[in-house]
Amino acid sequence: MTPAELLTIALLGAITGLDVVSFPQAMISRPIIAATIAGLVLGEPQGGLLVGAVLELIALETLPVGASRYPEWGSASIVGGALYALHPDHGAGGITTAVLAALATAWVGGWTMYMIRRFNGVIARRWIPTLGLGSGRAVIAIQTAGLAADFARGGLLTLVAMLTFDPLARAMVGLWSIDARMSRAIVVAAAAAVAAGAVWKLFHNTPGARWFFGGGLALGLLIVLAW
Amino acid sequence: MVATASAPIPTPTLSAFTWVEIFIRQLAVQASWNYELLLGTGIGFCLEPALRSLPGGREGEAYRAAMARQSAYFNAHPYLTAVAVGSLARAELERAPAGQIERFRTALCGPLGSVGDRLVWAGWLPFCSLIALAAYGLGAGPVAVLIIFLGLYNVGHIGLRVWGLRVGWKHGMRVAAALANPVLRHGPNYIARAAALLAGIALPLALDRIIEPGRALLGGVLLAAVGGAVLLTQLHGRVEGWRIALGVLAASALYSVVAR
Repeated sequence: MTPAELLTIALLGAITGLDVVSFPQAMISRPIIAATIAGLVLGEPQGGLLVGAVLELIALETLPVGASRYPEWGSASIVGGALYALHPDHGAGGITTAVLAALATAWVGGWTMYMIRRFNGVIARRWIPTLGLGSGRAVIAIQTAGLAADFARGGLLTLVAMLTFDPLARAMVGLWSIDARMSRAIVVAAAAAVAAGAVWKLFHNTPGARWFFGGGLALGLLIVLAW
Repeated sequence: MVATASAPIPTPTLSAFTWVEIFIRQLAVQASWNYELLLGTGIGFCLEPALRSLPGGREGEAYRAAMARQSAYFNAHPYLTAVAVGSLARAELERAPAGQIERFRTALCGPLGSVGDRLVWAGWLPFCSLIALAAYGLGAGPVAVLIIFLGLYNVGHIGLRVWGLRVGWKHGMRVAAALANPVLRHGPNYIARAAALLAGIALPLALDRIIEPGRALLGGVLLAAVGGAVLLTQLHGRVEGWRIALGVLAASALYSVVAR
């Protein structure tokens, strides 16, 4: 990984990290988008898309609702897509290490988002007397500070994650002993279980949804068999 | 100052430039989200361009009073804050009584939060994710998947924000009737059913493409996936699936490296 690649990845992590909550929430931070973009930028779009699809299945269960704490998928998916794209031969453990690194980054990223919210609270408390006087400049200053802090958070998180996981992933792939078929099967089983659980969580309260799901499943399996 | 019968306030207007500025600020409504004011300063930030039209401009007493009111605690779904921004801009520019605006602002929080969470986070977002996964499973390439997801999702996202600003501005403090819109009332259920159908189609297609080299193990994978999903539903609310996935993958990586 060259310094230019590292900086580009960190910049992508900052942009997608910002998209999660602060600006513009256009969902470029969704795993299937962010990991694919990382792959595209590093010349391995199919690899980015593969990692993105796995992470998207796992991220289906996450509802980014207001004050709740949840994994930060934007920067994490950039890390996952980039790690897979940076190892051209991928190896048997390539997908597992990329997804594992992305999940660990998403976990830490969720914590950094919580810290940013606390930081925003400190800034807001400091300005509350001025806000009470109706200062437009104070409002703009608070919003700008929040945007800048979140951008820096995403960039730093991605930078640290890449510096940590790139050598670690290379070492792990070099020592990997489970064959490629089994490695892929474990990743798919884990992602599928989380995705199926997420579908139940999202739709089990909707009248008739289980029939729609059942019908869709029959159709999906037919397409797979006929493909 | 309060509007009186003897000095009626004309229907306010805002320039196209001001609307563009409000819309762009809307995209950053959560930039300073915090546990004290939640979206409060974000609402003040979005309204600020409109409030400059108040008598005296930025240095005027009316502007300062309105900014102080509008930067206080507020909570709602970020996309549907557009409804609040539109209606509060109108109320402020029509010089409605301060107490009435504050009560109205407080009353908006609940409905705009719950409707938005059901419509967008639990409906439209997973629906679009599943469309992208189905497209991937059917063989779509990276650029096609990007265009399909981002195009579809943002038609809904941008559309909802523009609709919110328009309907809020049109109805002002009588916006409650507009919130009874059938799309907001019944939309989440229709989207949830469509997403459930789509989930059934997308999951096998996406899994079939991802598993490629391990297809011979598909039967075992499906059994493990069904068992894992049942376990997750039983643990509903106590542990999140992504944490279990992290644990499983970490254990398999450790085994693979150590058992070499």
